[in-house]
Amino acid sequence: LRLVYTTTAVQRKNVGASGPEKYTEAFIKKQIEEFNLGKRHLANMMGEDPETFTQEHIDRAIAYLFPSGLFDKQARPMMKHPTEIFPEQRKIQWGEDGRPFHFLFYTGKQSYYSLMHETYEKLLNIQKHQDQLTVQDLPLQKGKRNLAGSRWLTKIELEEMLLEKLSDDDYLRFIQLLQKLVALPCADIEEEYIQKFSKEVPVQLQKAVIEPLQYDEQGVAFSTGEGKRKTARATAVVYDNGSGKITVNGIDILHYFPVLQDREQLLFPFQFLGRIGKHDMVCTVSGGGRSAQAGAIRLASAKALRSFVTEKEVEFMRQAGLLTVDPRVKERKKPGQEGPRRKFTWKKR
Amino acid sequence: DDKLLTEPLNHPDFFSVKELFTLKDLFDARVHLGHKKGCRHRFMEPYIFGCRLDQDIIDLDQTMQHLQLALNFTAHVAYRGGIILFVSRRRQFCHLVESTARACGEYAHTRYWQGGLLTNANIQFGHGVRLPDLLIFLSTLNNVFEPHVAIRDAAKMSIPTVGVVDTNCNPCLITYPIPGNDDSPAAVELYCKLFRMTIIRAKDKRRQSEAIEELR
Repeated sequence: LRLVYTTTAVQRKNVGASGPEKYTEAFIKKQIEEFNLGKRHLANMMGEDPETFTQEHIDRAIAYLFPSGLFDKQARPMMKHPTEIFPEQRKIQWGEDGRPFHFLFYTGKQSYYSLMHETYEKLLNIQKHQDQLTVQDLPLQKGKRNLAGSRWLTKIELEEMLLEKLSDDDYLRFIQLLQKLVALPCADIEEEYIQKFSKEVPVQLQKAVIEPLQYDEQGVAFSTGEGKRKTARATAVVYDNGSGKITVNGIDILHYFPVLQDREQLLFPFQFLGRIGKHDMVCTVSGGGRSAQAGAIRLASAKALRSFVTEKEVEFMRQAGLLTVDPRVKERKKPGQEGPRRKFTWKKR
Repeated sequence: DDKLLTEPLNHPDFFSVKELFTLKDLFDARVHLGHKKGCRHRFMEPYIFGCRLDQDIIDLDQTMQHLQLALNFTAHVAYRGGIILFVSRRRQFCHLVESTARACGEYAHTRYWQGGLLTNANIQFGHGVRLPDLLIFLSTLNNVFEPHVAIRDAAKMSIPTVGVVDTNCNPCLITYPIPGNDDSPAAVELYCKLFRMTIIRAKDKRRQSEAIEELR
């Protein structure tokens, strides 16, 4: 056997294989002390008061003292509190004698399984309560939960709550168990527990505020609305006690919109509500083409009409699509193609 | 300290485990009922008393002896502060087993068994984990009626096992098998009660002995 000459480099331990560094509590504490000391030194250097030296001041001072032209903000020199720099690590799960703290530690997903265990216990509680009521021949209360106004927590929110990674199957199982729990007649007992996992969904419509009617000098009620379509922007003022006259940019619609289709678009909101001869309208519009301007004025007039009309009719208008902004805009041309979708002619040879 | 550990080993039944159950209790909890003749496992034949209308009946005298040995062993492990892990893959009794484990202050695993739990523990849980010192199976089969992976893994890691084996189970790799019914709720509740009482008894005795030693 020949003795092979090896360098000292081979004898060094493979540092990378040990895994991510463990940040002990003592280490983090030391880092925090050093950070606070460094903050005071920096304040002295910059000539500021050490007591009122906030994180913003630190960032500006570092940017002044160490100017860097690097693009990535994370790569530039920074001085932040250690809790923001060192990622939070899972503390050791067992005591000095080696016994784990949680009774489901050996399953691997202790928080998730303990949650399932608790939820199942609530289910059993409710069933026991139900049995007691049936024994006493009392009627079972059917609590009406507002299903439309609430939603369950999403998978990401649940992961944040449990501080553990979940799989899609696990999440689905948990939601199914909750739904089963809620479906039982006497679920009111555990209402508090269920509310921990449900969130209110504010109805989108309530966000849209309908402005009240305004009155001009003669006492005639009017209301304004704004609308847009493609590049056209329009504002419409709808007056009450009118005769169906519509003016666009100071010009009558018959002259401004020679095409029938555009005038139909303008009249659609009034026709839908059955108020064709009852309102006057004065609008201003700019940008876009013929059809876009007509669509913009339609949206503006529909928005203005909301103030004249009951909430139920507003809901009907919304469902008819009169109050939605049309999101379609011109699609951009892509390189290597002739237009947004059209490709160049393919030649076989 | 040495005396604390060697003292219980001198007595055959230091924790008087025999008083916890009688043959009548086992019979009332329907522990003697096995599966049908077609499901019988070859290695369970020594433990079977007989067959009535195609259903196997387990010999309760043998069950008594095995149960006494198993309970005595768990009591000794709990006395020495060992980690006990209750394993069962039956959905019916999952909640019961977890509550029993919690009541004893021990651990339970009634969910899907990830492959490397015992054999790859250092990487799965982190460095320096302490593995369980005893595995108690309330049912040795998993949901597909095959032997639970934990039996084989415990044998690989030299961890003793106590398990309730039914007539369709393989008692080979289990250190302290307990031939008995694992399907009836009454039987499983009886087992849970017995294990819970032994473990609590053993822990209480340990605390008493330590207190007496400190007083000296």
